[in-house]
Amino acid sequence: MSDDIIVRVEGLSKKFCRDLKRSLWYGLKDTAADLLGGHSSNGLRRDEFWALDEVSFELARGECLGLIGRNGAGKTTLLKMLNGLIKPDKGRIELSGRVGALISLGAGFNPILTGRENIYINGSVLGLTKKEIDSKLADIVEFAEIDDFIDTAVQSYSTGMQVRLGFAVATALQPDVLLLDEVLAVGDAAFRAKCYERLARIRDSAAFILVSHDTDQIARVCSKVLVLDVGRERHLGDVEDGIRVYHELSRPRHRTSSYEQSAEGTVASLGSCDETVADGGVFSFSISLDLPELVAVADVRVVFWGDDGLPALDAYTRTQRSSLRLDAGSSTITLAVGPLTLKRGRYAVSIAVLNRSNNLHLYWGDRIRNVDVDGPITGAVPYTPPLTCVSITAENSRSDVG
Amino acid sequence: MRDHPLTVYTPESPLRQPTKFVRDMIADLLASRELAWRLFVRDLSAQHRTSVLGYFWVFVPPLVASLPFVYLNSTGVVRMGDTPIPYAAYAIVGTIIWQTFVDALNSPLRTVNAARSMLTRINFPREAILLSGLMQVAFAFLVRLVLLIAVFAAFALQPAATAPLFFVGMLSVVGTGFMIGLILTPFGILYSDVPNSLPIATTFLMLLTPVLWYPPPGSGLAALNPLTPLITTTRDWLTTGSAAHVGGFILVSAVTVTFLVFGWVAYRLALPHLIARLGN
Repeated sequence: MSDDIIVRVEGLSKKFCRDLKRSLWYGLKDTAADLLGGHSSNGLRRDEFWALDEVSFELARGECLGLIGRNGAGKTTLLKMLNGLIKPDKGRIELSGRVGALISLGAGFNPILTGRENIYINGSVLGLTKKEIDSKLADIVEFAEIDDFIDTAVQSYSTGMQVRLGFAVATALQPDVLLLDEVLAVGDAAFRAKCYERLARIRDSAAFILVSHDTDQIARVCSKVLVLDVGRERHLGDVEDGIRVYHELSRPRHRTSSYEQSAEGTVASLGSCDETVADGGVFSFSISLDLPELVAVADVRVVFWGDDGLPALDAYTRTQRSSLRLDAGSSTITLAVGPLTLKRGRYAVSIAVLNRSNNLHLYWGDRIRNVDVDGPITGAVPYTPPLTCVSITAENSRSDVG
Repeated sequence: MRDHPLTVYTPESPLRQPTKFVRDMIADLLASRELAWRLFVRDLSAQHRTSVLGYFWVFVPPLVASLPFVYLNSTGVVRMGDTPIPYAAYAIVGTIIWQTFVDALNSPLRTVNAARSMLTRINFPREAILLSGLMQVAFAFLVRLVLLIAVFAAFALQPAATAPLFFVGMLSVVGTGFMIGLILTPFGILYSDVPNSLPIATTFLMLLTPVLWYPPPGSGLAALNPLTPLITTTRDWLTTGSAAHVGGFILVSAVTVTFLVFGWVAYRLALPHLIARLGN
């Protein structure tokens, strides 16, 4: 093992069993196999699957590996093996130095005991002696911002306070390898900023492995990325490419055409609609309308829904102080939103045309289309571009029919 | 510069490297002392903060177990045999020894179960849980020692000259109970049948062992029971000084030490497999 590499993982695999009863039985069998000094079976037994399959990587001091993947991809399984909590079924892990892990904050906290008592217990769980804890107590308390509560039972702490205390204790260990499992997602923004500051301070002397669903966080902190998909390695290396691969994996989640309707007496449908938009480009679409009467003040609203189910963009003519005038009869209205400064990804688009006088939908398509936007991987600017009416073409049919 | 010990995890059985395995066992046992003490203090003070009656709960089980028999014996409904000391003292000393045996037997499974959330999230010397459990057993015994002294005072009894050996006997009693509990732990963590059957089994076993009754000479059942020499020798060392089953006691103690080491090895090997099955 060279001086630089402090984590080396080779062909690491772990199998789990879907059936609980059988899983317990296999647990006993594996223990017996270990006791007899033999080897447990290399293949899959009934109801088993690979939770982690042939994963390999190396990590040097000063590096930070971002571990991303959807739920059930094997991230926590990998961390638990690196921490020595569970045994690999195939492959090999080599670690040099002290391993610190925050697989779950507050494990080992006893709610009835005070913060101070819990610091000593947690510290010794993590391998610190009483003397070492004594010398770090002030720093831990200060970092966790719990001065006034240090002699209060932990059960009266807020979740945030428990998280801060856990992080403060774990990083006081000064590990060579630090495993962080989505722990920084908890806690308020100010504390998270503090955590990053502390991580940055110990960064040169350690290697981190960070699990997160927040790709912005990964892009800010990590020097390389491992993307897992149902136990298999999909990408290892460049951060930008890894996040792109991860977004590809998370894509097909959007539902489309889940809901489309229009007001009584009105016939409306979505006409043409862009399916891809370049970075900084314009999204345009058209709607065919057949109105029984004039709508003097109509509004159009376009919403782009992101992966997280939250609106990434909400453009509304009313808030942009504009409106459309729609004559009775058939017409096709063409509209455009842009330039778009959205992050790269697939968005579900909802479009509504409303009559401002009674607030009824003339047309409503909820998540009616998926649109792929080719933007930057991270760091997009939250900006609502103007929604403009490009044209209204009357088709002049209803009046003819009379 | 700090030194950088290399840690390697492979699917191989750790027993393939026996010297390393034994070295790790001893190193972890030594490293776990401080944590074990903290866990013990934690559990003790946590118990006391939520309990009004406190130590009362340590005294109660042996008293409750022995008093009905003392009553039955005094009325002559049941004859418990000709005990060398007053029957009430005989029964209370017996149940105190027995209760400590049961505490030790239940200890590993109980403490490992209570530490589940820690085991699945943190890597620490696994022996700490077992040690803290042993400390709890020892502490409960020390509290019951007060009851024992009170009984001796009440009946104006003198401890025998061999009384210091009583503590050697207790060590073996605790060791045997702990050994059985430790071997049952991997099964008990996976299957609830084990913890469910333990109270029934220990109650049944108590009635089969000369805890509350005096073994009639040449009694087949009592002679076959490996717990008989353990309990009677320990009690005799404290009360009469004439222990009849010392040979059996030494044999049982030797078997206990052997299986204690086996249970410890099995515990270390089983934990990673158990944790994988426990989930979060």
